[in-house]
Amino acid sequence: MKILRHLIQKEFIQIFRNKAILPMMTIMPIIQLILLSNAASNEVKQVNIVVVDQDQSESSRLLHRKIIANERFKRISTSFSSEKALGYLQANTADIVLEIPNNFEKHYLRGEHPKLQMLVNAINGQNATVGSGYLTSIIGAFNAEIMPVAATGVSSTAQLSVASRNWYNPELNYKHFMAPGILAELTALLTIVLSAMNVVRERELGTIEQINVTPIKKWQFIVGKLVPFLCVGMLLLTVGIIVSKLLFDIPIRGNIGLIFGYAVFNLIAVLGLGLLISNFADTQQQAIFVAFFFIMIFVLMCGLFTPIESMPKWAQYLTIPNPLAHIISVSRKVLMKGSGFWDIRWEFVYTILLAVVFNTLAIWSYKKQT
Amino acid sequence: MTPETIIQVENLTKRFGQFTAVDAISFEVKKGEIFGFLGANGAGKTTAIKMLIGLSRPTTGSGKVAGFDIGKQAEQIKKNIGYMSQKFSLYNDLTVAQNIRFFGGIYGLSTKKIKEKIRVILTELDLQSVAKKPVAALPLGWKQRLAFAVSMVHEPEIVFMDEPTGGVDPSVRRQFWENIYQAAAKGRTVFVTTHYMDEAEYCDRVSIMVDGKIEALDTPNNLKNQFNATSMDEVFLKLAR
Repeated sequence: MKILRHLIQKEFIQIFRNKAILPMMTIMPIIQLILLSNAASNEVKQVNIVVVDQDQSESSRLLHRKIIANERFKRISTSFSSEKALGYLQANTADIVLEIPNNFEKHYLRGEHPKLQMLVNAINGQNATVGSGYLTSIIGAFNAEIMPVAATGVSSTAQLSVASRNWYNPELNYKHFMAPGILAELTALLTIVLSAMNVVRERELGTIEQINVTPIKKWQFIVGKLVPFLCVGMLLLTVGIIVSKLLFDIPIRGNIGLIFGYAVFNLIAVLGLGLLISNFADTQQQAIFVAFFFIMIFVLMCGLFTPIESMPKWAQYLTIPNPLAHIISVSRKVLMKGSGFWDIRWEFVYTILLAVVFNTLAIWSYKKQT
Repeated sequence: MTPETIIQVENLTKRFGQFTAVDAISFEVKKGEIFGFLGANGAGKTTAIKMLIGLSRPTTGSGKVAGFDIGKQAEQIKKNIGYMSQKFSLYNDLTVAQNIRFFGGIYGLSTKKIKEKIRVILTELDLQSVAKKPVAALPLGWKQRLAFAVSMVHEPEIVFMDEPTGGVDPSVRRQFWENIYQAAAKGRTVFVTTHYMDEAEYCDRVSIMVDGKIEALDTPNNLKNQFNATSMDEVFLKLAR
């Protein structure tokens, strides 16, 4: 125990003496948190539309007005020529071309189901889906509004109406959704890099040889590395949550202690992987490259930017050994939904399993003797 | 192994792939001896020393250090030996006192003992004025003497030193050897590698390694007689030619 205390003390002295680590731990993540939470948004705020109105009737103009009255749609141009409209699509200035055919009103009033054509630029799938969804619902509302008046009582049969409410994030505030995730990501990133570079740095400097000729146990060495970086990670997490609360007013509906309790296991898992990488690397450069290999996969497959549910089945299984996926899931559930321990039990189980596996491997792969 | 034999090695061999770095060496070191382990650069001195202190596993052969088997009881050996590596390997970003405290701590010394050690080492090496400075700020010669003192912080039976005087000036080298004599006077066995032949004269016995093999082993005087030479330098040149 006393030996461990000396190892931890030494690591802390080194952390606080290193002029690069302190800003890395404090200023850099906060800048990233502020920047990314504000910038990384999947919201579709503006859809550029070109309306080709061949009909020029009262009904077609009404529809036209209804569309551009919606703040999300911006009319780029109106045109009588489909070809010209397609030009805008080709030039990427328009997202959607809506074509109202000739005799639209005539057919409509006769109840002949006239057809509108919607051409969507689907290069950006998200934009296309959301934009065409908005447009479809506007046309649907138009339909429901005009139809009973126009079609003399015939189609004024019972209609389904849907009332939807957004739970857990009623204002659909993107920052509430992103900030905790980005914070979790930054914490994992910093801790994995610090730990991955640490052991190999001692190897490069030669100091590890002096450690290896002492009778310390392998687990003592690994735990002695783990604890200081765990403290660094928890500190960063605390600062990050305070910043997120102050700047973005993120909701804290659940027990904040649960988040911290979970984060301890999560960081132990991440640090275990970092130390494992460090044991196998010959130089700090190698360690960084390998660490980034994992970071890229973890970040892009953690459910922050693309929902895990929409990944292929095999990829969904691959997120189980991804500690980032679990911490993002936990932070969202606890912060936004107010979930309790029982709701995040699987995250706990998987994370503890990962922590045990990674750290056992780290202890095993640390060789005092070659 | 007589009670006075503290290191005993038989046919110790280390191969890296096709290359044999240490080729079946056998020797004994008596308790309290200053044993010089000589050889040119690349002769296999460092590889041999690493097998003795449990940093490297021998390919074949056996040996005992402080009564423990070098193959199976490396961790036991580590409790009883000190090691000062060729490359300075204390923590440059820790202060002089912090380094002593840290290594005392991981050898399991009590807090009281550590305090006393810090005081004694700082006094003996005359380092009180720089006790709170990072080690990086010290001149190489001071660093080396500190490293030597730290390697003996847990009062081991044997101290292994791998080229401790590499790159330091003659006056510091002399001081260094005075420190070595002091350690030996306390009954400690000193196992030292060097390629300075004048230093060989200070040893009780020396072995000379050439291309992984021990070519000669005796007291400096006997070796000079045997090779009909006036200095160890000459002995070495005759062996390594």
